[in-house]
Amino acid sequence: MSGDVRGQAPCGCDAGAGEARPSAEEANAAGIHSARRWFLKSAAAFTTVALAPGVTLMALTGGASPSAARPPSQPASSGQRWGLLIDASRCPEGCSACVSACSQENGWKGTGHPRTDAQWIRKLTVRDPKSSVTRSVPMMCQHCASPPCVDVCPTGASFKRADGIVLVDKHICIGCRYCMMACPYKARSFIHEPLTDQLAHAPRGKGTVESCTLCVHRVDEGRTPACVEACIGAGHGAMMFGDLNDPQSEIAKRVATLATRQIRADLGLDPGVRYQNL
Amino acid sequence: MCVRHLFAVLVVGLAAILGEASLAQDTKQVPTAGRTPVPLPAKGKGEQCVAPVEWMRRNHMTALEHQRDRTVREGIRTRQFSLKGCIECHAVPGANGRPVGVADARHFCRTCHDYAAVKLDCFECHASRPAEAAQRAGRIDVQKDVAELARYLEGLER
Repeated sequence: MSGDVRGQAPCGCDAGAGEARPSAEEANAAGIHSARRWFLKSAAAFTTVALAPGVTLMALTGGASPSAARPPSQPASSGQRWGLLIDASRCPEGCSACVSACSQENGWKGTGHPRTDAQWIRKLTVRDPKSSVTRSVPMMCQHCASPPCVDVCPTGASFKRADGIVLVDKHICIGCRYCMMACPYKARSFIHEPLTDQLAHAPRGKGTVESCTLCVHRVDEGRTPACVEACIGAGHGAMMFGDLNDPQSEIAKRVATLATRQIRADLGLDPGVRYQNL
Repeated sequence: MCVRHLFAVLVVGLAAILGEASLAQDTKQVPTAGRTPVPLPAKGKGEQCVAPVEWMRRNHMTALEHQRDRTVREGIRTRQFSLKGCIECHAVPGANGRPVGVADARHFCRTCHDYAAVKLDCFECHASRPAEAAQRAGRIDVQKDVAELARYLEGLER
């Protein structure tokens, strides 16, 4: 990876969000496409209604359909491992729908200090210096199987949940920021300013470290992370969420058949976020 | 000297009797703002609390602490001792109809914590008022999903 990893600050705009949709000419080019879309549309609407709460837009895109919501009294199970698959070829440069969706969902925003502001997810432009081919991809906590942030945490605040989601227990985080130093992905940020009016499902406060939670509050309800939903909503479908441990899940099937890669796989951390066509 | 001593004993005795009386008034839970101020937390929604009120007064902090570890560490999100549940049930409406935050002295938690001079640090991170309807709308909503799906497909067709 080259380039400044803090390069593009979230701009909060959805510029270019609609650009990757098929153009008008393309859509009208063949009647068969239109007919197929009509069929898909009615079929998808039907399944969404029929299957009720478990079904979301994911059903249509052939993306991961995450497991049904766990009963609230059940703990997260180590039988699952949540992960993301990001298709770099479908992620257009200039679109930051995932970044703004994350910011909105979790209530983090800039305070005018771009070098230290919270940044749970950011867009990176990576360039191969030999061929000058560039790719734009989202970068967030990679939810490693062997997370270095957990290894170095002096209080045990940084931990990995049974289902593979790496989190900070802010109740016992002392804000030493050792995990920020240990993370090779620069995924974590520290809150410098006192905050008010946080969101009920995303508590965050001054003096603690935070990072992408894989929208754990949504995952526990059987929903997909906000970034994935936004990416589908923007018409790109570059992000897929699912259970890497379930061989029947769409994400596991793709990981088993496609050439996907983990960033800095040489470190042996086994990230749960995978990239294809990078 | 002896008369003075007798007088002092009388004064102390009288004070003790008066004190006893006011204490008796307190234990009877008479919510009057008389000479002895008592905290008057607003009543929550519904018929009863998630546990007996007497028990909650003494043990809510322990219950919340255990629940917090279960939720953060294991993902158990039962409602009984969830802080979010407390906040939703015990919301105190402010002047504009919106529930007051912890900055307002009428906030349910603050009424007693101020009285007992116990610092409250939950709300440095947690929301001190219930989520607004717009926030809650982020929950599973089949109708909305279908509408979004239709809009997305319309976009493809166009």
